[in-house]
Amino acid sequence: MSIKKPSVIISDEPFDLAALNHVIQSSEGENGASVIFTGCVRVSDEESGLTGMTLEHYPGMTESLLEDILSQAAARWHLTRVLVAHRVGHLLPGETIVFVGICALHRKEAFEAAEFVMDYLKNQATFWKKEHYAPSSNKTDTWVDAKQTDLESLKRWQGKFDSIR
Amino acid sequence: MISVKVVFFASFKETLGRAELHLEINPGSSIQDLCDLLAEKGDLWHELFSGAKNNVKIACNQQMVEITNLLKNDDEVAFFPPVTGG
Repeated sequence: MSIKKPSVIISDEPFDLAALNHVIQSSEGENGASVIFTGCVRVSDEESGLTGMTLEHYPGMTESLLEDILSQAAARWHLTRVLVAHRVGHLLPGETIVFVGICALHRKEAFEAAEFVMDYLKNQATFWKKEHYAPSSNKTDTWVDAKQTDLESLKRWQGKFDSIR
Repeated sequence: MISVKVVFFASFKETLGRAELHLEINPGSSIQDLCDLLAEKGDLWHELFSGAKNNVKIACNQQMVEITNLLKNDDEVAFFPPVTGG
């Protein structure tokens, strides 16, 4: 199964989700299944007082890392279309940070590949988040720390077929 | 001497108060040698670039590398904390 050139979008403006969904869901029969994941700016009890976040990245390196991750996924599963879009700049609560869309012939491949792409993106793609808080919340703006659980989530993929860094 | 460009991201850029610098270093130097040079630039620099660097990630010409990597003329070396995208 051939795959179109993996698509990577990095944008400092809010995503047009309908347009991204259309790229993944429009099909003339070549896709049997599509899985879309979006991650958004969350304000749970833990982040109360959060007014937004800033996302910084390493231009050039980020794009090649994401393309590499998508190529690895395409080598591992039979995928028909892949797209990763990631925001940078200032984001407000509720805005979409990341969009991953994966198409395949069958759902299992699409689900697995979407998880694989997110697990590697979290651990390798050169993005950094800074959280901003309202002065009344008595919290200070903070660079987010990397999570050990994200590192552990890579283990399930690190079998004999895994050649990614 | 060879010339290298050094770039910083996220909290490192903020702590050091600059995004990049250019410096000259002896041919055959490693990134460890570069860290030793950077550590002499002040207290904040010393804190980041001397001793164990478990939370310092290094890329050379936009590829992840180890601290033992040898430098060439015109290399771009990036220092940054563990990534937190997604």
